[in-house]
Amino acid sequence: MDVVLLSRIQFALTIAFHYLFPPLTIGMGVVLVYLEGRFLKTRDPLYESAVRFWTRVFALNFAIGVATGIVMEFEFGTNWAAYSRFVGDVFGSALAAEGIFAFFLESGFLAVLVFGWDRVSPRMHFFSTVMVALGSIFSSIWIVVANSWQQTPAGHHVVPVLRDGQPLLIGGQQVLRAEIVDFWAMILNPSTVHRLVHVLLGAFIMGAFFIMSISAYYLLKGRHLEFARRSFAGALIFATVASLAALVSGHLQAKTVYRHQPAKMASFEGHFTSGPADLSLVGLPDAEAGRVRFNLAVPGGLSFLLHEDFDEPVVGLDRFRPADRPPLVLSFASYHVMIGLGMLFIALTLLASFLHWRGRLYETRWLLWVFVFAVGGAVIANQLGWVAAEVGRQPWIVHPPVEWSVDGDLVVGTGGVVEYDESLGLRTTAAVSPGLAGSQVLGSIIGFGLVYLALAAIWLYVLDQKIRHGPEPPGGGQYLPDGGMAAALARHPEDRLTGSPEPGA
Amino acid sequence: MDWATLCVIWFVLEGVLLAGYAVLDGFDLGVGILHPLVTRDDEERRIAMNAIGPLWDGNEVWLVTFGGALFAAFPMAYATVFSGFYTAFMLLLFALIFRAVSLELRSKVAAVAWRRVWDWSFFAGSALATLLFGVAVGNAMQGMPLDAEGNVLNGVLGQLAPYPVLVGLMTVALFALHGGLFLYLKTEGELKQRLRDWMWRSFGFFLVTYLLTTMTTLTLIPRATANFERFPVAALVVVVNVLALANIPRCLYWDRPGQAFLSSSVTIITLVGLLGLALYPNLVTASNDPELSLTVFNAASSPRTLTIMLIIAAVGMPFVLAYTGIIYWTFRGRVRLDHASY
Repeated sequence: MDVVLLSRIQFALTIAFHYLFPPLTIGMGVVLVYLEGRFLKTRDPLYESAVRFWTRVFALNFAIGVATGIVMEFEFGTNWAAYSRFVGDVFGSALAAEGIFAFFLESGFLAVLVFGWDRVSPRMHFFSTVMVALGSIFSSIWIVVANSWQQTPAGHHVVPVLRDGQPLLIGGQQVLRAEIVDFWAMILNPSTVHRLVHVLLGAFIMGAFFIMSISAYYLLKGRHLEFARRSFAGALIFATVASLAALVSGHLQAKTVYRHQPAKMASFEGHFTSGPADLSLVGLPDAEAGRVRFNLAVPGGLSFLLHEDFDEPVVGLDRFRPADRPPLVLSFASYHVMIGLGMLFIALTLLASFLHWRGRLYETRWLLWVFVFAVGGAVIANQLGWVAAEVGRQPWIVHPPVEWSVDGDLVVGTGGVVEYDESLGLRTTAAVSPGLAGSQVLGSIIGFGLVYLALAAIWLYVLDQKIRHGPEPPGGGQYLPDGGMAAALARHPEDRLTGSPEPGA
Repeated sequence: MDWATLCVIWFVLEGVLLAGYAVLDGFDLGVGILHPLVTRDDEERRIAMNAIGPLWDGNEVWLVTFGGALFAAFPMAYATVFSGFYTAFMLLLFALIFRAVSLELRSKVAAVAWRRVWDWSFFAGSALATLLFGVAVGNAMQGMPLDAEGNVLNGVLGQLAPYPVLVGLMTVALFALHGGLFLYLKTEGELKQRLRDWMWRSFGFFLVTYLLTTMTTLTLIPRATANFERFPVAALVVVVNVLALANIPRCLYWDRPGQAFLSSSVTIITLVGLLGLALYPNLVTASNDPELSLTVFNAASSPRTLTIMLIIAAVGMPFVLAYTGIIYWTFRGRVRLDHASY
């Protein structure tokens, strides 16, 4: 069987499963910092009970994230050896930096966060929580840097590989590789910042919706009400801000995509013919017919979003050879469903915020039920965002640059299509390990499929147990030998932050 | 700094990361191997798991960083090794996944069958990962057939030759010993008495495999000792290795577990040092044609990248050592099971 296709399926499967967990831990990490900070400030035992409950859920998510994350680092070498040879000098540095700056920080302080309640002072515990949250954010920075460099490479040059001072030839062909020339230009390549912001906002949305889902369930079942109200309200603010910000960040990101990967943008939007472009809201692109079927579109909408002008031409798929275009339907669908879900999050969170302000949120049972399941939408939106980013980059694994003329038009060759400089990028088909057999990859796909299916079932089962069990009653006196953190605070009065206990809490 | 020096520095740093991983996760894996052998009941099994509970995750990061640094500093070797040992690495991944989730999940549900499944997978994951690490080292020592691009030409069966398997078994014995010594420091009572017996057994097993490995290496792999002629001072590594190894039974006999653990750590570090001396200047030795070997020079990244990475390491490693110190200090002493334990 086709090793390229199988390796792509394997990468998609393992990264999609892995990526269920990092956004949850990034989003929940911020919430943990908030809750524990509130606890130190107010000494309200309800916050302590909330931190302990969410920490247990966090630790479960984190463990599966770690276990499935190491797979990703290995797969670059096992399945994509030709890619690793081409990008190692650049991409490898970002990955190594992630290990040194992020993983040690996260994993070390996670131990204190999870196991250290009775061993360190409350202030040290809070510090550890902050470090874990920071570590997970650092980790996202480095991995997004590495991926963004594949999308919009910068700060490097492509040179022949030397062996004993002579260019290395394989089958008469020079072997090329990318090498860093400007580290900061590589780190801050054109898409890094926009993509990082969008990834983090996606993670915040997912973490907040996860917490709102469990809290809404408790509210509907009439259990742990005060805990659920506080968790829900805190997460709602977070989710509302993040959903609105994701819209702005997505818009800015789309402009960068158009500038550096115009074929990707044309596929996202199903824009076939260069010229003024409509914004398709719903539809099904048909490559053969060269149009979007069942199209519901805003005339000139895409031109307006990219250029603030309804009539300004937008580069379409006709400027690219068929072999240089991304898979159309998958790019279009993943991009559109992601945006649709993003709009839904904005509507939901604004409505819930309005009802909360009017004091009617917790009586609006249908909306709480929607929130119980909306976390599924957040998961799908995060996944589809990456599907759009990665499928839209095809057929390239490292995207070569495109050029724009001074009057703002895409530079094309004599055939009216873009002539990519193949030596500056790498096609996905040329990136797999040369010696790999299809049967080996098929075997490992089956292995990962079975193991991950089992892990998913076990994860859901254990999560369900934790949710049924719920948070411990505030104060914790009856289950903790030492009376919990409130008692620990009494032992370490110097750790109280300023502020007075909230009355009536 | 000139490029050749940078390449050598990164070779040494990779050795440091590998030694750090082997010493630290070595005892985690050893605890996993001994877990079904030394424990009698659920509480003892929990104690064994919680002895490494707060530590194993950070210890595994040494492996992740070793892999990341290999990718960055020697991408040609990373690509060759990871793709060439495809099946072995996939098995290793499954083993590490099972080790990790067993620790996290075992105590989440009280049912006997549930816990038995995770006990078993904790043992199997730890033992298989250790064996595969050893097999990988054995293959690195032995060399492997490569093509001009640096692709490994033998398959998984060729990689399971007697010599790599012997090194694999030695590694299992060594980590079991190392993990037993660690657990001995973390426990008390009856469990501790049983651990004593298992430390003697794993030491005996290690000694036998160590001697066999040494003899086979000296007879079959001449290039493994070639560097001692170039760098006579390297003989010190051998001396320290043998002294540390010999000190383990002495400490066991006089009941000085702290010193014994230190000695097994030194044994592991010096064995990694001997691996480095056997390989240098190669990272991957081509058994079919020495010209095709990937060396620290022809497999390296550009001097600029090696320099940048050196700065990253210089900035990052003090922090890493600081966190590691904080965590080990926080969780020092004997295992106490509490509400936060596994």
